[in-house]
Amino acid sequence: MSQRFFPDGMPPPLADAISLPWWEAAAEHRLVVQRCTSCETTRHPPAPVCPECRSADSDWNELSGRGQVYTYTIVHRPIAAGQELPFVIAVIALEGAGGLRMISNLVEVKPDRIEIGLAVELVWEDMSPDLAIPRFRPVER
Amino acid sequence: MTQRHAQLVGVGESQYTRWGKIGDVTEHALACQAIQRAVADAGLSLDDVDGLASFAEDRNEAVFLAAELGLPALRFANMVWMPGGGGGCAAVSNAAMAVETGQAEVVVVYRSLCQGQFFRFGSAGVDASAPAPANPKPPTVQQANSLLLASLGFAMPFGLLMAAAAYALPTRRHMHLYGTTSKQLGMLAVTFREHASRNPRAVMGGRPMTLEDHQASPMIADPHRLFDCCLESDGACAVVVTTAERARDLAARPIEILASEQGAPKGYAFGPFSNANVADEIYATGGGEEMAKRLWAKAGLGPADVDVAQLYDHFTGCVLMQLEDYGFCERGEGGSFIESGALSWHGGSLPTNTHGGSLSEAYIHGLNHVVEGVRALRGDSTSPVENAEVCLVTSAACVPSSAVLLGRK
Ligand SMILES: [Zn+2]
Repeated sequence: MSQRFFPDGMPPPLADAISLPWWEAAAEHRLVVQRCTSCETTRHPPAPVCPECRSADSDWNELSGRGQVYTYTIVHRPIAAGQELPFVIAVIALEGAGGLRMISNLVEVKPDRIEIGLAVELVWEDMSPDLAIPRFRPVER
Repeated sequence: MTQRHAQLVGVGESQYTRWGKIGDVTEHALACQAIQRAVADAGLSLDDVDGLASFAEDRNEAVFLAAELGLPALRFANMVWMPGGGGGCAAVSNAAMAVETGQAEVVVVYRSLCQGQFFRFGSAGVDASAPAPANPKPPTVQQANSLLLASLGFAMPFGLLMAAAAYALPTRRHMHLYGTTSKQLGMLAVTFREHASRNPRAVMGGRPMTLEDHQASPMIADPHRLFDCCLESDGACAVVVTTAERARDLAARPIEILASEQGAPKGYAFGPFSNANVADEIYATGGGEEMAKRLWAKAGLGPADVDVAQLYDHFTGCVLMQLEDYGFCERGEGGSFIESGALSWHGGSLPTNTHGGSLSEAYIHGLNHVVEGVRALRGDSTSPVENAEVCLVTSAACVPSSAVLLGRK
């Protein structure tokens, strides 16, 4: 098991047939984004149709897991029992994803080090054998 | 310019309290009370009402309220398909469309909230204080039984459920881009509290607040301190919309709906809860800039024509971004605009939330802002703006939102 950052009681991912493949890739420690095979626009969260060319054809593009903090909030109220406070929710601008961003968490960082533009890298948190959640931490310098 | 004809002719509300304080009256009984008061204020009878409109997935369904209130015929029952408070002004707009097109003649727009009887927004039913189960099942992906839940499925696993955290994200970026400060946000909250102190209906009426109080209030989701967040309230309010012809015969001065707009920019979905991928240019905005342009064009008016504003204030930063969206100041200058004292009822260039807003009067999903917009133009506000003729009312920001421009002939 990888290092744990959040308790088991965190809200579980809720997925439908469109978004389930994203979580299946995550369980294999692959951070992917959906990519339109017609115009190559990437999108997140997963959706049935490309918002640019409206094609329904897509595949999954694996990312490096590097990125930058686009914005963040340091949260002082727990979401789940036993959660360490404060915790950090961040929007990560993902490298190699055509400007795409995702909501995630920052871990292994002191709150006063966090700033917009901070370079971060992916760290997987295995919540269970079937569930891995992508979090981010500062890139070591 | 698009000619509108619908008029707001009555307003009413129940008592407003802190959330959970109304336990002995059901939420739908409270809705009935607000509707009855608004209809009485209009000088009408419930026998005249043939339409009901609401928003925010209202639990108090119009068909049941119509039966409870004994409406002779419900010709128009309508709910806005937009998240939360974003639908308030849109519900007024729908009521206006109904009376303008003859679908109905007298439509009451209502909203009732008793969160203590159901669940608090932002908790999603999760109780962080409950002990962990003895033999928990290992966490796993679960089936989303709605599009909303599938969409929030990319926010909730990261602990993003609370509105204070979601709206902190664009506000933090606004601070980064433009140097907006917590003190500027605090000045806005202090101004609205001053307005509430003059309003006997306001939940926080007896609780004066200084900038120091704001700065000392606990951090909830940085940069949101407690006093950057709207109240959580129990209460109900309603407004009555009818035709110009009908309004002419009524005792109260009718307030005209000059223009209305609703909308969401491309990719907006549920705003910062669901989707971090709106265009970079609009991420640190209220998302209402294009909507505002359409609103001004429809009315043939501009920001300089607004005498008083009731801006949806779920969080201080979202008000600041609306000031920029609607063109009351340049992009990035919302903070200094607030610092200038512009929002004060007493001598400000744009008296805003003269009732105290959701930050200090009550959180009734912003329909109380429409009520106050009517009062402001009737001259009935407890923080009156002399000779006010045009009032902007907005519903939400940073999520799909709506707005109306109200006018007095
Ligand atoms: Zn495409």
